[in-house]
Amino acid sequence: MPTAASAEPSPEPDTLGEAIQVEDLHKSFGSLEVLKGVSLNARKGDVVAIIGGSGSGKSTMLRCINFLETPTSGKITIDGEQIEMNADGSPANRRQIERIRTRLAMVFQQFNLWTHRTLLENVIEVPVHVLKVSRAEAIAQARVLLDRVGLGDKADTFPAYLSGGQQQRAAIARALAVDPNVMLFDEPTSALDPELVGEVLTVIRDLAAEGRTMLLVTHEMKFAREVANHVVYLFEGRIEEQGPPAEVFGNPQSARLKQFLSSVA
Amino acid sequence: MTTLKSLMVPHRIVMMLLFAALVLWCALSLRWDWIPKYAPLALEGLWTTIWILALTTVLGFLLAVPLGLAQAIGPWYLSIPARTFCTIIRGTPLLLQIWLLYYGLGSLFPQFPWIRSSELWPYLRQAWPYAVLALTLSYAGYEGEVMRGAFSGVAKGQLEAAKSFGMRRFTMFRRIWLPQAVRNVLPTLGGETILQLKATPLVATITVIDIYAVSSRVRSDTFIVYEPLLLLALVYMVIAGLITLAFKRFENQVAR
Repeated sequence: MPTAASAEPSPEPDTLGEAIQVEDLHKSFGSLEVLKGVSLNARKGDVVAIIGGSGSGKSTMLRCINFLETPTSGKITIDGEQIEMNADGSPANRRQIERIRTRLAMVFQQFNLWTHRTLLENVIEVPVHVLKVSRAEAIAQARVLLDRVGLGDKADTFPAYLSGGQQQRAAIARALAVDPNVMLFDEPTSALDPELVGEVLTVIRDLAAEGRTMLLVTHEMKFAREVANHVVYLFEGRIEEQGPPAEVFGNPQSARLKQFLSSVA
Repeated sequence: MTTLKSLMVPHRIVMMLLFAALVLWCALSLRWDWIPKYAPLALEGLWTTIWILALTTVLGFLLAVPLGLAQAIGPWYLSIPARTFCTIIRGTPLLLQIWLLYYGLGSLFPQFPWIRSSELWPYLRQAWPYAVLALTLSYAGYEGEVMRGAFSGVAKGQLEAAKSFGMRRFTMFRRIWLPQAVRNVLPTLGGETILQLKATPLVATITVIDIYAVSSRVRSDTFIVYEPLLLLALVYMVIAGLITLAFKRFENQVAR
């Protein structure tokens, strides 16, 4: 069921304020500069799709936002709170990072469910041991979330016994368990067999429809066009073009984007 | 599982009969009359072997965790001492370590009046603290190396996931990293614990009366040589079997 977002931006996100502001983000690995000054704003309720070829820096950008990668320089503000950085870009205040991370839930390409815990244990882990929610409450909530992603009957199963699609849906349930302000999806379907992609996209589509703020690094152009209200095209560490999906996909301006779109179509 | 039926094949029946004959021969034609007299002492020795084994593996493992962690991710001022410690322990005979501690450290202590007058002196003048210390350090040295590999072997994504949710470092270590590391090396730890069991007789050389010391005592008292040694072998095999079973159980519990 396609949402209305395909043609129109989501309803009045302006009034809700900024969720994520990235200003002039640079990131180098040794002498290789992966991000060469990226700026990005996402308001609450926005679904921002980040597209680009491999090596364009899109995953790195996402990982810099929650400091899984330490930026080289730049400014990152989450919900109006600027992350304190040292001169070399490293976080100046570990507690602040940890606190901010609890509001940013990440979904990984490789799922990264904790293999030594059942799905239910995976979902309650962060609420119980980071957010200090009571165990009973966390379990009740986890069951609702697992039901929601269609894994209610797999609560006591270990990740290794599940398909990639099921693992990724469980990982999304785990992310939802912290009731995040922003969800970061790092190529959530890239490691999946083609026939399993749909079930994961369905879950993400529902989340977008209910107004979750998300940043979505993806190779699924059709899906990006359908759920996102803003699309960012990265090329060699810079934002080459951005705008509403109808424009970016329907009427690309830059030659590189045109070429990229024709190569993935 | 082997079923009764699968045992009832000719070559197995022959083997079992041979084994039964051997046991019967041992029972009838060897001397076992010394057993009643030495049984109480043997039980004490057995107990000593078991608690020394249990205590040193537990303490040794508790030391091995920071040793492994220091080598895996520690800054140089932690990783170099940890690596040096493991290299020295693994590079020298355990017997030498026990003797250096007992005859070296143990003979230094009495020269200091404040040690002699301290609360600890009743213990420090005995042999077992040195045995426990030496065996603990030895187990820690070997397992520190095992844990280094175990910590490094945990997939990065597992820790990244924890980090990305704002988990604090200690929570992450306790909830994710350590359980996964230990799970991966349980079979190794089981084997190492059996090696530790078989290292315990060395404590007899510094006057600790373990089960091996009891068998030596029987030999020197009665001049009966083989029987106590045979029984001793059986005792170690049974303990080793129990350790194997315990670890198997534990592995099955955590292996998903």
